[in-house]
Amino acid sequence: MSTFNFELRPLPPEAEAIRDEVRDFLRREMSQYPPAERARSWGGFNRDFSRRMGERGWIGMTWPKKYGGHERTALERYVVLEETLAAGAPVSAHWVADRQSGPLLLRFGTEEQRQRFLPRIARGELAFAIGMSEPDSGSDLASIRTRAEKVAGGYRVNGTKIWTSNAHLSDYAIALFRTTVVPDKKHEGLSQFLVDLKSPGISIRPIYDLAGGHHFNEVHFQDCLVPDDMLVGKDGDGWKQVTTELAFERSGPERYLSSLQLVIELIREAGREPGERAAALIGHFTAHLVTLRQMSLSIASMLQAGQNPNLEAAVVKDLGTTFEQEIPEAVHALTGAEPHIGSGSQFERTLGYLVQHAPSFSLRGGTREVLRGIIARGLGLR
Amino acid sequence: MNELRTILTETCTRLFTDHATTAVLEAAEKGEWPAALWQALEENGLTLPQVDEARGGAGGSWGDAFVVLTAAGRFAAPVPLAETVLAGSLLAEAGLDVPLGPLTVAPVHINEGLALTRGSGGWRLGGRVTRVPWGVRAGHVVVAAEGEGRPMIALVAGGSARTEVDASLAREPRDTLEWADAPVIAAAPARSRLGRAPAFAGGALVRAAQMAGGLEFLLAQSVKYVTERKQFGRPLAAFQAIQHQLALLAGHTAGAGMAAQQAFHAMERAAEGADATFEIAVAKVRTGEAAGLGASIAHQCHGAIGFTYEHSLHFVTRRLWSWRAEFGAESHWSVALGREVAARGPEALWPHMASR
Repeated sequence: MSTFNFELRPLPPEAEAIRDEVRDFLRREMSQYPPAERARSWGGFNRDFSRRMGERGWIGMTWPKKYGGHERTALERYVVLEETLAAGAPVSAHWVADRQSGPLLLRFGTEEQRQRFLPRIARGELAFAIGMSEPDSGSDLASIRTRAEKVAGGYRVNGTKIWTSNAHLSDYAIALFRTTVVPDKKHEGLSQFLVDLKSPGISIRPIYDLAGGHHFNEVHFQDCLVPDDMLVGKDGDGWKQVTTELAFERSGPERYLSSLQLVIELIREAGREPGERAAALIGHFTAHLVTLRQMSLSIASMLQAGQNPNLEAAVVKDLGTTFEQEIPEAVHALTGAEPHIGSGSQFERTLGYLVQHAPSFSLRGGTREVLRGIIARGLGLR
Repeated sequence: MNELRTILTETCTRLFTDHATTAVLEAAEKGEWPAALWQALEENGLTLPQVDEARGGAGGSWGDAFVVLTAAGRFAAPVPLAETVLAGSLLAEAGLDVPLGPLTVAPVHINEGLALTRGSGGWRLGGRVTRVPWGVRAGHVVVAAEGEGRPMIALVAGGSARTEVDASLAREPRDTLEWADAPVIAAAPARSRLGRAPAFAGGALVRAAQMAGGLEFLLAQSVKYVTERKQFGRPLAAFQAIQHQLALLAGHTAGAGMAAQQAFHAMERAAEGADATFEIAVAKVRTGEAAGLGASIAHQCHGAIGFTYEHSLHFVTRRLWSWRAEFGAESHWSVALGREVAARGPEALWPHMASR
């Protein structure tokens, strides 16, 4: 019997029903976006776009109506996600909040927190960042040291978060801090907080990526007071909560579609009657895309059914990100094209963007090595 | 998985555990026909799972056939079960009766053609096909052939061809069959969800399921071995290098299983006139790639013992190396798939994918 539970689960008609509407919307929204811009995938940050997604009811789709949600199914949401990603739409201003911060608040937040934040997220008005990694704590997340000390009225925070994508553009972060130091038990004493990124005591410094882009930041906390009502869930339950959050982060179609635009541009470049080598590569890419999509859909169905597909999500993210990275490599091997930035054809620029950004695909949201460790545990090897 | 499929899986597992033992596999490689295995398969209705009861089948679906064939792949069953499942379906879809006993299909190669001509007293078959699985052993051969300019399905008796015997890596028969104006038992226009070359595409379909099953065996067997085998004072499973290789094998096993499952689902879903060749191409490419990588990882994790005849790993790995090449290797299907995708144009890639 198969070790992992991947069942073929075609989308039900009610989920398919939303697809054409999403495509029409995106066709209008994206008419001015060239391929090299679409290649940014979920890296594009555009608050106006996110507001229009919110107006359509496509953020917080599965959340209760009383929190501004739309009570749609996880599979309807999946269709919206995959269509926006396939189009290369600039979803970044609502992506994190819709994917993990909102669901986290829904699960662990107080009633007041839900009332206060969820409706604005669903309208596309609030952008969230993730405050997990620290300078000395990357894959070993439980080793974080940023302290949140209990003081009158709240917590006083000191320390540094790093790789905080879009912190300079976002309104809030969900951050993991150490509220109690428990010797030799690094997973205990952690807590999650809502942090207003405009608070006094927070300074945000850009970290430019190798391509010169500014997504990452270092967020420094110096005696920053986070009020009591911004604690998410229970003081000390942070590790349990954050692993739930990471499962949301790892399970979506964004983990295999990052290089889709380059496949599309390769097909354009190869023409309607490609040579054998180009055809073979396009066929190989197609076989993997189609299969990964079904695996990703299978996870979405498990989530919809209330199951916990953590292992399956790790499998798809490992296979998917490896595949995303293979695409620019194989396209280069086939065509010998030089990757471009400011000049060149859209094909060369798409290649240029992806060649430079591909290394991050198997780092963000849990490295390949962390994922394989999770899979190995699922196999009973550790 | 629904309850009936679970029961079917258990039935197959029990049957193969009893009848596809190492002794049976070894004897089959020396040319002995595993009669008890075949009889058990027929008695349990597993040789024609998706053929209508009216035509002698079990009246199930292609989803049932997927369960049976992945199980056969897991156990390296040394019988033409996949070939019989496919042959029975080709006959039934063409409106022809399905004979009892082991069947096979031809041609295996896309560039080999057979021709039907109308003679006095009915259709006659002519042409030469190579590497036909169980060609000499099968009671009947179901061929896809051109007849008066259209694709036909025909049934011929096993002994009707001039034959040259040969074998696959796993010592299964892979024979050359040559017909010259040979009598045909029955023939009818092909009506199938398998496109213009139904035996070839159907062969790719069933091989994908067998490979998916074979990979499941490699994963389970490798996990078992590294958990038991100790070196440097600890089980091999404790080494991160081993853990990561098996995590990779698990991923590709899951991917192969999903691709094959989707192709069988497409067979069930494809309406009259539509075909499942897109999903079959995806499945043969995906499972074939996984087979090569999976065999390599499984052997590496098993060390020298896995390279011996004494160990059972090779019964599956040798089959995987043959299966990935039969009925079109990845090189064939990826080019076919790539041409199909390119002909639709760049903007159609995503909508087409999302519609499957």
